This record gives sequence, C-alpha cells and structure tokens, in this order.
Amino acid sequence: MKIDKKIIVNALIALVVYAAVMGLVKGGVLSRQMMSLITPVCVYVMMSVSLSLVVGFLGELSLGHAAFMSIGAYTGCLFLIATKDILPVLVSLLLAVFIGGVAAALLGVIIGIPVLRLKGDYLAIVTLGFGEIIKSVFNSLKITGGAKGLSKIPLVATYKNFTFVFILMLLVILLVSHLVNSRHGRAVCAIRDNYIAAEAVGIPVSRYKILAFVIAAFMAGMAGVIYGANLGILKPANFDYNASIEILVMVVLGGMGSIKGSIIAAVILTLLPELLRGASDYRMLIYAIALIAMMLFNNSSFKRNLTEKRNLQQAEKLSKEV
Amino acid sequence: MKKFTKFVSAVAAVSLVAAPMAVSADEKTFLLGGSGPLTGAAASYGTSVKQGAEIAIQEINDAGGAQVGEDTYKLELAFEDDEATEDKAVQAYNTLMDKGINGFLGCTTSGSCIAVAQLSQQDGILQITPSGSAEGCIEPDNAFRICFSDPEQGVAMADYAVDTLGYKKIAVLYNVADEYSTGIYDAFTAEIEAKGAEIVDAESFNTGDVDFNSQLTSIKGTDAEAIYVPAYYQDITYITKQASELGMELPFLGSDGWDGVLKTVTDPATVEGCIFTSPFCASVDDEKVVNFVKAYQDAYGETPDQFAADAYDGVYAFKAAMEEAGSIESADMIDAMTKISVSGLTGDPITFDASGAAVKDVKFVTVKDGQYTYVE
Repeated sequence: MKIDKKIIVNALIALVVYAAVMGLVKGGVLSRQMMSLITPVCVYVMMSVSLSLVVGFLGELSLGHAAFMSIGAYTGCLFLIATKDILPVLVSLLLAVFIGGVAAALLGVIIGIPVLRLKGDYLAIVTLGFGEIIKSVFNSLKITGGAKGLSKIPLVATYKNFTFVFILMLLVILLVSHLVNSRHGRAVCAIRDNYIAAEAVGIPVSRYKILAFVIAAFMAGMAGVIYGANLGILKPANFDYNASIEILVMVVLGGMGSIKGSIIAAVILTLLPELLRGASDYRMLIYAIALIAMMLFNNSSFKRNLTEKRNLQQAEKLSKEV
Repeated sequence: MKKFTKFVSAVAAVSLVAAPMAVSADEKTFLLGGSGPLTGAAASYGTSVKQGAEIAIQEINDAGGAQVGEDTYKLELAFEDDEATEDKAVQAYNTLMDKGINGFLGCTTSGSCIAVAQLSQQDGILQITPSGSAEGCIEPDNAFRICFSDPEQGVAMADYAVDTLGYKKIAVLYNVADEYSTGIYDAFTAEIEAKGAEIVDAESFNTGDVDFNSQLTSIKGTDAEAIYVPAYYQDITYITKQASELGMELPFLGSDGWDGVLKTVTDPATVEGCIFTSPFCASVDDEKVVNFVKAYQDAYGETPDQFAADAYDGVYAFKAAMEEAGSIESADMIDAMTKISVSGLTGDPITFDASGAAVKDVKFVTVKDGQYTYVE
C-alpha cells in the first residue's frame, strides 16, 4: 500500500515537471537561454543518477564517467550523421541512443572485468587513466574528426524534442531506483557496506560489481548521445577528467546513495552558473562559494536535525498505520 | 510546432526592433553581442577580444558613431563568458539573443564558434568571429571571420619557407591533441610537398607536455634545415629552451600562437631569429597600431595581443557593413559584407570573400635583438 502511494507521488511530480516545462516552452515565456538549458539539465541528471549507482550504491570511486559518455556520444552521433537522410528523426535518434548506450556498456565490460578487482583509490586512478586513453584515441582517430571535433551532428535532441529527452531521463531514473530497491540492488549495497560479509553470505561480488558498473556506463552512453545531438559538435577535450569530476561533484553534493539528491544537485549545478551571468566578473567566484556553502550545509547539524525530525515523523506515521 | 516557431521569431523580431527604439529617436543604439572565455584556461583570449572590441567601440562613439542612412548609431557591447566550451557558448549566445543583439562578434575559440554558427544561421544574424580559425567556423552564409584560417597560415608559411627562405628539408613538431596545431600542420605538409620540398621528420606532442627532448633529438638526427612548430607560446617556451640546451642551431618557424613568447622565455636568445606568421605586432611603428596600443594601455594597463587587434577590426567590419548596407537588418549587412573594405590593424585593406574569409596580406614577424619586428 505504502509503495503504491510513493509511486503515484513520484509519477505526479514527473508529470507536473513535464507539463510545467512544456507549458513554459509552448507559451513562449521562457527566454532562449533557459530553453537551451533544458536538454543539458536532463543530460546531467542522467549522468549523475547513473554515476550515483557506482559511487553511491556500489561504493567505488570512478573518475572515468565522462569517458563512457564520450564513447556513447561519438558512436551514437556518428550513427545519427550516417542515417540523417535515410531514417525518420525519431527512429534514428532512438537507435542512436541505444547504440551509444551499448557501445559504452561494451567498454564498461572490457574495463570493468580487470579493473573492478581493484578497490578504492586504485580504482579511481585506473578509471582516470582509462578516461585519458579514450580521449587520446578520439584525438587521433580520423573518423571522429580528431582534435577538431565531430561537427555537423543533426540537432535532434534540443528542447524541441523535450518529450523524448524527458522520457529517456525518467527511464534512467526509474531503472536506477528500481534496481537499487531490488534484490540485486541490495546485494550491491551489501558489497559497499561490508565486502567480506557480502562475500561470506554467498553474493557473487565480482558479478554484481560489473553489473552496476556496466549499467552506469550504458546510461552514461545514452546521455552522451543526447548531449551531442543537442550541441551539434563533440570535442574530445570536453570529456577530460574535469568533466568526470564535475559529475562526481553532483553525486557527492546530492548525498551519496541518494537518487533524489543527485537529481536536485544536477539541476542546481547546471542552472547555477547560467543564472549567475548577471554577476559578470564575479560569476565563477560566486559559483565556487555556493558550492562550498552547499557542501557545508550538507554536513551541518542543522540539516541532520531536519532529516532526523522527518524520519521520526515518518516512523510515527508508520506506527500509527500499523 | 510551426506556430510556435512563428511565435518565437515574432518575439525575436519584436525585440530586435524594440531594442533600438527604446532609446530616444535621434540617438539609436546598435547592440553588438560578443562571447569568449573570460574564465578558465583560455581566459586571456576572451578578455583580449572583449577589451579590443571595447577600444574600437569607444573610438567609434567618440567620433560620432556609425552613419546608417539618415540615422546615427552608437555602438554598445554585450559580452558573455563562454569558458571556451561548446555548451556554455550556446548558452552565452542564447543569453545575448535574449538581450536583443543586432550583430554577433564571436566566438573567440573555434569549437564554440562552430557550435554557435549553426544557431546563428537559423536566426539569420550577422556573425563575425575575430579569432575562430577552424574551417567550419564560417561555413554558414551569415558567418565571417577576421583572422586567417589555420590552413591559410600553414600554406603561407610553407610558401615563404620554400620560395623566399629557400629551405628544401623541413622538420615539423606539432600538438596532435590541438585542432589549431593539427589544422596548420596538415596544410603546411601538403603545401611543402606540392612545392617539391620535403618534410624530413614530423614529430608530435600532447597538450601539457613539458619535455620535448626525445622529439628534438630525433629531429637533430635528420638533415633538416629548419623546424616548423605550429603551437602556442607556452609550449614554444619549453621547446626553444630545450633545443638550445641540445645545441641545436636550426632556425625556428612558427604560427601566430607564438605571439607572446617573449613574455615567457627566460632567455630571449633562444627565440632570436625565429620567424612566425602573425596578423598583428604591437611594437611595430605604424600610426594606427601605435594609437591602438596607447589607448589599450591607458585603459587596461597591458599590451594588446592579436586577439584584441582581431576584435578591434571586427567591430570596424560591423561599422562598415551597416554603413554600406544603410540598415542594421542582418540580411542587408550580410549582403554588404562582401562589398566593404576595412582599413584595420591586422590588414589594410581587409575585404571579405563570399565564403566569409578575410582577404588580407599575411605578415611575418621575427624576433630581433629581443624585440618583435615585421620581416621586411
């Protein structure tokens, strides 16, 4: 009974957000700056939610998430360019997103099998190196345009195709939240909480680690395709470790292991630098200060009290219902 | 969706018309948008473009503004930070369109320029990039540029090296991870081979490398008569120093990224005698350049670089286009672009061909006694 109510509430939130954005776009109320932010916000929500699966739930630090994004982006966008005049837009975009996701997932498997034997800091360094390798490969490949970048990608995932992008984002969120609440998800969390205990109760640790890693890579790949089809140009330099860290910041800021937090942090961190344009010279300074302030707030006793109070209330409600 | 597009274009049109009308009838304003990196690793480029444009606008307004048909227009600059990344550039451009700009001076870097050009084409707004040198920057009909394209620079240097300097065997050292460097390298190599000369060794490096000894040693082992390094001055500082430590006496040839190298080298002797293509040199004795450098130094306390000069010429190109067109409608200004001639800092005259490229003479700069001078 309780779960059903939660699903309905979440579905309602999604519907309201969708209707609000659609209404604002159709009504012509939004400025062009805001309209051009719609797709990036969705892309970063997908990226941070998928990374939170690895960092928040699996408990492994990955610094190569932007690399998976770039693999998906390049394969998917190459497909988009090739099928531009052959297939209808929606079919071509759907296939491109799928192909991008699969390409990223394949690399996730190849990387995941040897790398996930490592733990903690070691894994972080290896994924960092992996990201740099991918960047160098795209820099030297002819088909991706090298350092000049892949341009002339059809712009099929801009705010005009918001419905498609939004549904994809919802699917990503749904997949991760359901996975986390499933038997597999609990196994993944058990690995994070106590590796040895998890192994002792018979959880196939390596398999679950790779599973989480590959699913996250798949979703990053899909997000990459949307990113490329929104901008029209992809450059290897935009997928360096800075980009990975930016996504990591969203996950950490949202609170490890909180999907809702990841979504909110992704939205705020994508919008904030744009909303601060009025501050001109002080923009990046204010942005950085806001980051620090949010991190401090996340760890403050004030917030802890708030969440504790909320948990207490929920527990009370629950006991009344019972 | 069609209705919606119509609505947006109507809103855009209204705001375009409304912006200049907001000012009193006798003094109209032409709002020029611009974008470039003001933060991040490439911040110096965007800052230079912004400041160069401000100097030009100040000059034009002090001289009474631009005469468009019956009306006189004052120019005003709205400049947004694009961090030299494509997605930020798109947002910067859209922010400027919200402000109702009449023309767009940007972007400063190539990738951003390509991303924005797709949008500006849909808007039909005149876009002049001061420094976006990749080929794709001016592909749409509404896009023009002030600087040379990367291939043009490579070809010019190849012609000069073979025809004027008489080199037959040349070694190249370029940055494989940089679009600017690879773009010049490709064109240079093709032209050298077309001229019957030979690239005896092509070595590459990556962004952020500081040790070039292995590449230089390998070049030293060949019978090259000169080294061509199309790269930015930060890399050049290391390369020239390490070359002199290896006892290499080969003359250096370079691209316009060399501009500024004297600020970073520890010993100017390491770059003495190098020759590089550059559209602008601040220490040259030319009335217009001297005035510009003085105004720039008075305003910002630093010496302008070529980005500032490109932007300065870009603003004058806008002025010339609106005066020639007798209108500030982008469609008219775009038609007028191929008819105008700008007497600028980076070329005199500068004209534009139908592709959007600037037609002007290539200038070669050398370092002599620790100072930049034009090659006679």
